[in-house]
Amino acid sequence: MKWARVGAIVFLIAISVVCLLADFVAPSTYARQFRDAPDAAPSRQHLLGTDDLGRDRFSRLLYGTRVSLLLAPAAALLSCLLAAVIGGTAGFVGGWLERFVMGATDLFLSLPWLFLLITVRAMLPLNIAPFPSVIITFALLGCLGWAASARVICADTRSIKDSGFILLARASGSGGFRLLWRHIVPNLRPVLFAQFWISIPVFILTEANLGILGLGVAEPLPSWGSLLRELESFSTSFDQPWRFAALALFMVVVSCFHLALQKQELPA
Amino acid sequence: MRQRLGRLAVLLPLILIATAIAQSTSQLRLCLRSEPKTFNPVLMADDASETVRYLTGGVLMRLNRLTQQLEPELATSWKVSDGGKSITFTLRSGLHFSDGTVFSAEDVAYTMQQLMDPALHSPTGDSFRSGEGKVVTRVMGKNHITVTFPAPVVGLDKLFDQVAVMSASSPQKEMAVLGPYYVAENKAGSYLILKRNPNYWKHDAAGRSLPYIDSVRLDIQQNRDTEMFRLVRGEIDLINSLDAEYFDKLAAQAPNMAYDAGVSLDSEQMWFNQVATSPLPAYKKVWFTSTNFRRAISESINRDDLVRVVFRGHARSAISWVSPANKFWFNAKLQPHSFDQKSALQRLAQDGFRMDDGALHDRDGHLVEFSVITNAGNKYRERMAAMIQQDLVGIGIRLNIVTLDFPSLIERITRSFDYEACLLGLVNNDLDPNSQMNVWLSSAENHQWNPSQKAPATAWEGEIDNLMHVQASTLDLKKRKAAVDRVQEIVWRQEPFIYLVNKNAMSAVSTALHNAHPVVLRPQAYWNIDQLSLGSEVAKNR
Repeated sequence: MKWARVGAIVFLIAISVVCLLADFVAPSTYARQFRDAPDAAPSRQHLLGTDDLGRDRFSRLLYGTRVSLLLAPAAALLSCLLAAVIGGTAGFVGGWLERFVMGATDLFLSLPWLFLLITVRAMLPLNIAPFPSVIITFALLGCLGWAASARVICADTRSIKDSGFILLARASGSGGFRLLWRHIVPNLRPVLFAQFWISIPVFILTEANLGILGLGVAEPLPSWGSLLRELESFSTSFDQPWRFAALALFMVVVSCFHLALQKQELPA
Repeated sequence: MRQRLGRLAVLLPLILIATAIAQSTSQLRLCLRSEPKTFNPVLMADDASETVRYLTGGVLMRLNRLTQQLEPELATSWKVSDGGKSITFTLRSGLHFSDGTVFSAEDVAYTMQQLMDPALHSPTGDSFRSGEGKVVTRVMGKNHITVTFPAPVVGLDKLFDQVAVMSASSPQKEMAVLGPYYVAENKAGSYLILKRNPNYWKHDAAGRSLPYIDSVRLDIQQNRDTEMFRLVRGEIDLINSLDAEYFDKLAAQAPNMAYDAGVSLDSEQMWFNQVATSPLPAYKKVWFTSTNFRRAISESINRDDLVRVVFRGHARSAISWVSPANKFWFNAKLQPHSFDQKSALQRLAQDGFRMDDGALHDRDGHLVEFSVITNAGNKYRERMAAMIQQDLVGIGIRLNIVTLDFPSLIERITRSFDYEACLLGLVNNDLDPNSQMNVWLSSAENHQWNPSQKAPATAWEGEIDNLMHVQASTLDLKKRKAAVDRVQEIVWRQEPFIYLVNKNAMSAVSTALHNAHPVVLRPQAYWNIDQLSLGSEVAKNR
């Protein structure tokens, strides 16, 4: 199992590096339309063929993976920071504040995510270039995805606060910010890391869901969501197996994330 | 053992008889995308309900979808009089509804009363509303009736193609029908079974009762992939409307099942927000209200590529608001705008636009960039937008594509007017241009680029208003055609809507189904439902 985990981490690093170097590796830009060769089969010029508009599928896969793979961790970091501040404060202070924050968290968790995202996205200004729009999409994911992590962090903070070593720290004169910063936060770190790693595939999947609905990253920028949309009509895709490359890579990457974070999850 | 054999000897013939009966009844199977919202023919507005209305409703006259001419049905003759205010029908005698109730002029009067009842808000009735006042029906005997409207209704006779006559006295109310089939079973959310109307009045040349097919099964099936699989497996007999991707797939697998009837009445178009009170910056309002700007955008779009790449050749570059499929009303003198980015830049230069480092700027130095909204989930529109985005790069314009869920899009284009350009399509069922009064009058709510104007904002919109009123106020076809031709020309020149393509009407029909001649008008594949027959029926006919 250890080898599988190491393999998954190596694969994730390799794929991240290749995608970061997409400008050099990709045979063309993600937006260029080869209009004389739409929906072409794989060839030397187009390794994975072209999409319906004649855009090189391999280049779009590289750029799309870069978008999803770089921005999902950023969104996960944002949501974890929010969760740490909200959940950590609630757990540390306790009392009415904890009840209030947990009530708000429950309310937030009960909201249908997808509809909330669609509504918030519809209210955004229209004239945004594709790249800022993708950052906004992931920022939204980050801002809306803190609630589940906040509950875990709140419970953990409360349990640490009630533990023996904190009692000792209090007895030796620690209190307030010092107690939080020196004793509680370091002990929360494994939980925060676990939440961060767990959130990445969740955000990748959410963006893919939005993309499949046509509400993800704006054209012409690709992402996994927009690439997977190609497969929505199975009957027109099943005899062109190269179209499934995006799905295969997506599944492998998400699986690797799960394998890679197994060890972190255990202590949490 | 002997007892068992005895039972088998009794059961076997019964099973064989039942199988023979089952085989002798023919059933046409097709899919509906959603459940019909109502069976009341005057209240129907959704596609599924309209399918049921077409298959079950008896109409006074029917527009032949192939010839685009009206043909008598329940009415043997009719006469429009009083400048288009009245219509007198002579009805076929001796007809009965599906439940046996006798058909008479009273039923037509009842239908008209239901249709025009303001409390019912009938979408079909809206097309007949020409002015303030009541619709008067005068029954002159069992088979004669005159309907008088408060003001002339243009194309009055053709509108009756959509009016299914209801029984005034049947205890089954709207479920008693005069069409080829009646609703026999409705399993909500799953399927509908329509059975042959035993009292249907039509016969073929050999005197045999129509329709040939005994029943129609309408399965509720949203997924187009599944529908396609079912057709190929022989589980359904037709798909009324196919998109280009599925059509090509089917044409490759089973070419004798795929029908492309040619260019349809539907169009795809793009327009700029010209609403004076919209929250757009003033300089963008100046761009969008400039004819030169709109024409430059139009000339920069490669429509041939849209047709070839997005619609795989199953469409035609659009010209103006009347599709070439509309044989009589289309202005054949007009040609599609050609792809000419040089000419586009010249037009832009006339308005003070200039290129700096490959990017277009207006006379005040603003970078030319705008967004186009379209509805999420429509891959053809998204592809068109992506191609237009690429085309506009050629004249230094940056286009941002925004896909929105449909309610948000409607909110922006009809209420908040917080958008710059929009890419949408228009589904058109009516051949008569009068049905588009609610689009072309500057005071109309659907005058999408600048709706509900108190007075026409431009001289050309004023001219369109006058011409549309002219065509709506006369029955002289020549005069009407001249007015409609001129409106097409103005729209072609001014491009308030930048027409992109007219899609083809494509259908799939099983080889077991005979007599199917898919056409461009709805319902494309089963417009001659009472003439269709399955293999077994053909054998019977012989």
